[in-house]
Amino acid sequence: MKIKLNVWRQPSSEASGRFEPHTVENVSQHMSFLEMLDVLNEQLVLEGKDPVAFDHDCREGICGSCGFTINGIAHGPEAGTTVCQLHMRKFKDGDELWLEPWRAAAFPVLRDLIVDRTGFDSIVEAGGYISVRTGSAPDANSIPISKESSDSAFDAAACIGCGACVAACPNASAMLFTSAKASHLGLLPQGQPERWRRTQSMVEVMEEIGFGHCTNHRECEAVCPKEISVDFIARLNRDYIQASLGRGSK
Amino acid sequence: MELNAKIPEGPLEQKWDRHRFDMRLVNPANKRKYQIIIVGTGLAGASAAASLGELGYNIKAFCYQDSARRAHSIAAQGGINAAKNYQNDGDTIFRLFYDTVKGGDYRAREANVYRLAQVSVDIIDQCVAQGVPFAREYGGLLGNRSFGGAQVSRTFYARGQTGQQLLLGAYSALAAQVAAGKVKVYPRTEMLDLIVVDGRARGIVTRDMVTGKLESHLADAVLLCTGGYGNVFYLSTNAKGCNVTATWRAHKRGAVFANPCFTQIHPTCIPVSGDYQSKLTLMSESLRNDGRIWVPKKPGDARHPNDIPESERDYYLERRYPSFGNLVPRDVASRAAKKACDEGYGVGESRYGVYLDFGASIQRLGEASIRERYGNLFHMYDKITGENPYRQPMRIYPAVHYTMGGLWVDYNLMSNLDGLFVLGEANFSDHGANRLGASALMQGLADGYFVIPYTIGDFLAKHPPSPVAADHPSVKDAERGVRERSEKLLAIDGKRTVDSFHRELGILVWDNCGMARNEAGLKDALKRIPELRDEFWKNVRVAGAAESLNQSLEKAGRVADFLEFGELMCRDALTRTESCGGHFREESQTEEGEAKRDDENFCFVSAWEFQGVGKEPALHKEPLEFEYVSLTQRSYK
Repeated sequence: MKIKLNVWRQPSSEASGRFEPHTVENVSQHMSFLEMLDVLNEQLVLEGKDPVAFDHDCREGICGSCGFTINGIAHGPEAGTTVCQLHMRKFKDGDELWLEPWRAAAFPVLRDLIVDRTGFDSIVEAGGYISVRTGSAPDANSIPISKESSDSAFDAAACIGCGACVAACPNASAMLFTSAKASHLGLLPQGQPERWRRTQSMVEVMEEIGFGHCTNHRECEAVCPKEISVDFIARLNRDYIQASLGRGSK
Repeated sequence: MELNAKIPEGPLEQKWDRHRFDMRLVNPANKRKYQIIIVGTGLAGASAAASLGELGYNIKAFCYQDSARRAHSIAAQGGINAAKNYQNDGDTIFRLFYDTVKGGDYRAREANVYRLAQVSVDIIDQCVAQGVPFAREYGGLLGNRSFGGAQVSRTFYARGQTGQQLLLGAYSALAAQVAAGKVKVYPRTEMLDLIVVDGRARGIVTRDMVTGKLESHLADAVLLCTGGYGNVFYLSTNAKGCNVTATWRAHKRGAVFANPCFTQIHPTCIPVSGDYQSKLTLMSESLRNDGRIWVPKKPGDARHPNDIPESERDYYLERRYPSFGNLVPRDVASRAAKKACDEGYGVGESRYGVYLDFGASIQRLGEASIRERYGNLFHMYDKITGENPYRQPMRIYPAVHYTMGGLWVDYNLMSNLDGLFVLGEANFSDHGANRLGASALMQGLADGYFVIPYTIGDFLAKHPPSPVAADHPSVKDAERGVRERSEKLLAIDGKRTVDSFHRELGILVWDNCGMARNEAGLKDALKRIPELRDEFWKNVRVAGAAESLNQSLEKAGRVADFLEFGELMCRDALTRTESCGGHFREESQTEEGEAKRDDENFCFVSAWEFQGVGKEPALHKEPLEFEYVSLTQRSYK
């Protein structure tokens, strides 16, 4: 197949960007989307041009490195999929696609399709952990945890931190990410001692960095490659209100 | 050069305890005077950074990814072993030790492996306390499964993403130390050289991958936790960015490289579909618990698998290894698949694939149970291939997955260079010639959480804090070397892309130093790799500029190192004329075509000392002694 691409090109954070048209010929339906971009980049290098910069690493949908929008949809048209797992069989000959980096004030573009997501690390550093010194843990089976709690904590823990939720949100909110992180720990007995402090601190840092607020558009859930539910946002809001009212402070 | 493994005296089960007492301690007030550099933030690096930060040391942690949480440990699917014996099925520390030494085909150090088995139980406690959501039973206690041919259920798992959950645990512990001000993380920063001052590792030269800026970082000790070198094969299950640069640079600065020919080819990966293929995807080994592997009895049979009747299928693993069947260790399963395909029985378009069939299990257990066990893996397979494994067998083929070889370390995880410690997959120590399933996560975390915090203290206690001047000739020399190399790569402006060289190197080493190796092939590779390297330095085209975000330049530097490393790997394989574990020398096999070890001549670790690019490295041997396990030929019949 032949695919027409309009790719966002921006040499650095300071420079302005624009769409650059390209055509990739002989695209096999078995290629992944990123392999199609590899083919384009090989062509560009041989033509003496700069290849398109995009983040990627594991290429199996777990590291969370990759991600850009295809025709305005984060990670492209297939639900529950990172762009590295999207295959060209989902497209047809002659399709014209627009590739853009995540758009959010808190995710500045570094180059082309690459953005700076260190804001996510700052949110985790604000309290997304259980304080347990190495070597001080009790026997792993000393606290039974119901399968239900463990399973719902897992549903939240499945977040890969790719940032699609922020890119899809009209407010560029990081609430799905933050709530997934806080809920993973908050749903487990081990996470209770720091639960209220954690919630407050993570939400506050999220706001400081410049992520927006949640106004229930649910776009985040629709594009999340791990299909994390917005129920966790509701849960985070409940915990945040309780924490603000002083729960856990004394 | 004498390689002293510094294995403590005393009976096996007391070595580590005695050693912990014998090691010196650093006064708590003095810990904050030491600076430690950690390169890589996977399980080994993140757990080490978090634990050492907690102790009070000042840590700088570096990773090439944009966040420490993305290191490739994250992709591990299956699980992590620990001798907890929660299932009451007869597991003990000694049994885990024994299985690991035997599984490694008797090419690992007994003392290291025993310590690994000992601390395995602490790892699970630590991870659960951090909030790692391991699988649980309805009673609320932890679930286990049998994995990779083990006769006991000692594997802890978190759906199909144990690696991500363990790494998130270690990363969260790291984040806590960042918040506490004890660890500073440098993401998107690549180590390009090691700084050695008076024979001791004192720092690294890095490149900021956003601005291109080169910088030196100096410290009292350097830890390399940079993973394996599987991407020398171009196609592997490793992440695209995984590379040998950090360990290779250390090697060129004097650290000896051990057993580079020991690479693990994982039997259950999705086959290659075309020339554009950029990486291979692993399907967890746990699939072999319920899937049956077969090929058609007739070579070149192109019928749809569902149209091939039972009587015309060859379940070759069940036939050849009746007692272990589909659960034989990875090296055995991989070679058997290769043999079937080489003989013309392969399936799929390329004919390099075998079937992994769940039909019988679906009939026996129902589709719902299979979905519960493997739903995410089936989904992933469907996404990549467009085929539904509930309706037709999967196609699988072996792929490079893990590297047992790595920088040589002693019992304290220190290389032959003072102050240079190597943890996790980057070292060579615990898996011998073949790693058992669910043991990589165990080793990475054992090294980082429970070994290095003690052993580094012993080293630092003997080396009081002593800063190195930023303008020391060794620092300036390393910086100059890195700068000149980048400039040289950018100036070549040839006619071939970096990837085209990498692909060619990959095919060369896969064909000659892959699942089976022989003298003629290895000699040919040793002739062709230097030729390819010469062509690379004359004809590669690297786009862009040095002082910017430049992915072409990053790749070029890594491939240049692989072009040197590949030669060492083949040389090691040529020298080791026995077959053992993942290293199958065609000249050394039994009458039935099984690997034949040669304990009389090869019961040692090969440790290679760099002598210059294109020059033959010097071989040093560390003899392996087995006091507690008797050497036998592995049999899975």
